[in-house]
Amino acid sequence: MRSDRSQSAPTGLKIAAAAGLAFLHLPILLIFVYAFTTEEKSYQWPPPGLTTQWFAVTWGRPDVWQALGLSVQVAAISTSIALVLGTLCAAAVSQTRFFGREAISLLVILPIALPGIITGIALRSAFSLAEIPFSFWTIVLGHATFCVVVVYNNAVARFRRTSGSLIEASMDLGADGFQTFRHVILPNIGTALLAGGMLAFALSFDEVIVTTFTAGQQQTLPIWMLEELVRPRQRPVTNVVAMVVVLATLLPILVAYYLTREGDQIAGAGK
Amino acid sequence: MTPAVAFQKTSRHFGAVRAVDAVDLEIKPGEFFAMLGPSGSGKTTCLRLIAGFEQPTSGSISIFGERAEGVPPYRRNVNTVFQDYALFPHLNVLDNVAYGLMVKGVGKDQRLREAEEALRLVQLPGYGSRRPGQLSGGQRQRVALARALVNKPKVLLLDEPLGALDLKLRESMQEELKALQKALGITFVFVTHDQGEALSMADRVAVFNDGRIMQVGAPEEIYQRPASRFVADFVGSSNVLPPDFVQRYVGQRRWGSLRPESIRIGRGTSGDGVAARVVSRHYLGAATKLALDADGLRLHATLPSGMALPDDGDHVVLTFNRDQLHLMEDQA
Repeated sequence: MRSDRSQSAPTGLKIAAAAGLAFLHLPILLIFVYAFTTEEKSYQWPPPGLTTQWFAVTWGRPDVWQALGLSVQVAAISTSIALVLGTLCAAAVSQTRFFGREAISLLVILPIALPGIITGIALRSAFSLAEIPFSFWTIVLGHATFCVVVVYNNAVARFRRTSGSLIEASMDLGADGFQTFRHVILPNIGTALLAGGMLAFALSFDEVIVTTFTAGQQQTLPIWMLEELVRPRQRPVTNVVAMVVVLATLLPILVAYYLTREGDQIAGAGK
Repeated sequence: MTPAVAFQKTSRHFGAVRAVDAVDLEIKPGEFFAMLGPSGSGKTTCLRLIAGFEQPTSGSISIFGERAEGVPPYRRNVNTVFQDYALFPHLNVLDNVAYGLMVKGVGKDQRLREAEEALRLVQLPGYGSRRPGQLSGGQRQRVALARALVNKPKVLLLDEPLGALDLKLRESMQEELKALQKALGITFVFVTHDQGEALSMADRVAVFNDGRIMQVGAPEEIYQRPASRFVADFVGSSNVLPPDFVQRYVGQRRWGSLRPESIRIGRGTSGDGVAARVVSRHYLGAATKLALDADGLRLHATLPSGMALPDDGDHVVLTFNRDQLHLMEDQA
C-alpha cells in the first residue's frame, strides 16, 4: 500500500478521530459554560440563563485568593528546589561514572512511578515520626519529590545529547567551572530546564493526593475546589476559577512545547 | 634550552590499566611532534596529560619549565583541537573563536577583531555569522583551529585532527597545518594512528605501544632504522625477519627488518638469494605490492610501476643489499 501524504483518510477514520477529540475536550468546554450559568445550586443542562456575575463574586472571595496564593507559592518553591537538585543529579549521572550510578538513576525516577497515595502516606508517617508539624514546608517537600523527577528527566536527556568534550573545550580555552556553567552548560540545557520547570510547576499546581497527606490546615487551589464542589451555594465560582486556571496554564505549556521542539532541531543540526 | 613539554617517569594508571607507564619524553620548542600508535597505546592519554584533563598517577610533567601537575586546564597556556572539534553549537563561528578571549575578559571590539583575524589565518574570512551546524567537516576543523590559535598558546595539541576528513581534504590540510606551524613557530603536538600522516608532517615522531614509548626520532630514522619489531611492523609494514633467517645472511642471531622496497626480484629457482613463491599481487598505482612466501616466511616486496611483474604462483629469487637489512633490539 502506498502511503501518500496527499491521500485523505477514509471517512470512518475521520469520524472516529473527531469523536475521540470531542470526548477529550468537550467536558472542558462544559466547565466553561457552567461558569456563566444563572443556576448556582446544581449543574443544570441547558443552563436556565447566562450571566457574568460570578466573575465579580469570585474576585471578591478571599478564600479563592488565599488558595491561589498558596498554590502559586508551593509550586514556585518546589519547582526551584527541583531545578537545582534535578540539574545537579542529571549532571552527575550523565557526566561521570561511579559505583551505583544506575541504581541512583532508578531511585530518582521511582517517586513518579509510585502511586501518589503511597508517597503521601509514606511522607505523612515520616513527618509524624520525626515530629515535624504540618506546614507550608511539608507541602513543598511533598511536591518536590515528583518535581525533581520531571526536571531530572528533561535535563538528563539533554545532557546525554550534549557532547562531553564541549565542557573540556571550554576549560581548555581558559574558562573555570563557573564560566563553563554560565557560557556553555546553561545555554545548552536552558530550554530543557525551562520545559522541565514548567511541567513541574503544572504538576505541583494541580496536585491533590500527596497534598492531602502533607498539608495541615492550609488549602491549595485543587483542594479548595474539591471542597467547594460539595457545597450547595455559589457553585459557578469553582467553574470560574477552573476556567482561569486552564487558560493560565495552557500558555506556559504551549511555550514549553515549542521551546523543546526547537531545542531538538538545534541539537540535531550540531552533528 | 628548556623543553616545551617534558615528561619524567610519568604514569597514568586507571585501576589496573596502565594507560601511560613511566614515560620519559622531551618535546623541543617550535617542534612539530607526532605521537603515533595503535588505539589504546596511551598516545591520547599523553595528550590529555599535557592539556590537563588527566593528572599523572606518578612522575612529573613540565610545560616550558613550569611544573604542570595539579594545574587545571584553564590555567595552562596550552590549547587543544579536539577530535570531534567540540564547537559550541549555541554560538556562531565568530563567538566560538572569540570564546577564549571572552572568558579572559578581553573587550568585545578587540576580541571580535582578533577572532576575525584568526578566521583569516585559517582561510575562513567572513564565515563569522554562521552556525557550526552549517559548516562542512573541513570548515569546522578550521574553526576549531582558529579557536585554539586565537589564544596564542605556547603549545597546540591536536587530537587525531584529520581523522574525520576524506582523503583529498586530509592531504591538503596536512600541507596547510605544516605551513601554519612553520609560520607561527608554535610547538604542535599531534596524535595520530596513521603512520603516513605522522611521517609526512612531523619533525619527530614518538611511537607508542601499551602505554610506553617504543622509539622517538625523526621520520627517516623511525622508518629506516626501527628499534624493535613493533616499530618495524607498525610503521610502514616492514618485513620482520626472525633470528634464524637473519643469521644466514648477516651471521648474527638477531631480529631484523627489511623494507619492502629494498627487495629485488629475480626469475627462476636457482641463484644466490632467497627462493620464494608469489602468493598475490596488489596494484597500488605508483607501485605494485607482492605478497611472497619464502619457505613459510611471509614477506612483502614493492616494485615500481612499469617493471615486468611475475604472475601469482611463480617461483622467484629475492635479493637485497646486506646493509639494507636492519638489526633490531630483541623486544617485541
